[in-house]
Amino acid sequence: MSGNGTSCHPERSEGPLKPQERSLAALGMTRRRTVLSGALAITVVPLSTASATPDAMAAVVKEVTGGAAVREARVKLDIPPLVENGNAVPLTVSVESPMTEADHVKAIHVFNEKNPQPHVFDARLRPLNGKAEIATRIKLNDSQRVLAIAELSTGEFVSGSADVIVTLAACVEDPS
Amino acid sequence: MSNVLINAPKTAKSGELIELKALIMHPMETGFRPGTNGRIIPRNIIQRFVATWNGEEIFSMAFSPAIAANPFVSFFVVARQSGTVELHWTGDEGFDVKEQVAIAVG
Repeated sequence: MSGNGTSCHPERSEGPLKPQERSLAALGMTRRRTVLSGALAITVVPLSTASATPDAMAAVVKEVTGGAAVREARVKLDIPPLVENGNAVPLTVSVESPMTEADHVKAIHVFNEKNPQPHVFDARLRPLNGKAEIATRIKLNDSQRVLAIAELSTGEFVSGSADVIVTLAACVEDPS
Repeated sequence: MSNVLINAPKTAKSGELIELKALIMHPMETGFRPGTNGRIIPRNIIQRFVATWNGEEIFSMAFSPAIAANPFVSFFVVARQSGTVELHWTGDEGFDVKEQVAIAVG
């Protein structure tokens, strides 16, 4: 880990900013919501472009599904509801599927609402996987909803989601 | 440069569902974090993970910066014939690591 106690987000970082810069960043934080001020953009640029919102998540979901309807069924997310350390959150996604040639899961996409980017991962599966279940560890920047969408061989999309409370956001503190 | 841990059964019955687990050492630097000098540390992540069995792709996954450091992946596959499972990670800054495990199916 190369972290040093700094944050993903400039406005939260303590070390590298001088006091006046910090107040600038804080100012940028409040204004950013209404106007993207060019003068303040120096400190807030990475922020203004890099913050996933539920809307941004909806947009990438649409990109993946092509606007097709997503039914909430068959997808289960196994993730702790309360997470102390957002840097490594165990996540298991499983989809109920016979995994036969005629009916299998082709892909599993996972999204989040509040990390800088809405994507988490996209996995491709085949009937020979036998079981549509993937486990990994993810970063979560804030308390939020994690969404998984599975693309079935029948052309259908099914989804599942889980709400997670994060006490220590990813990147705010070095876990080591 | 990189350290890989793979957990796979050495032997399996034909048609048996087996779980493959792999962990690779990698910082998965998001590209959103400022370093000590206040400048953003450039993104350095693994972008893609592909598993093949005797050359046939069995699983693949595209990573994003939201995958935790030292990415861990576990997935299932039905054992069909003896052979070599190759795991291949590629990513930023020319990251390219391949590891193989042999699985005997009988």
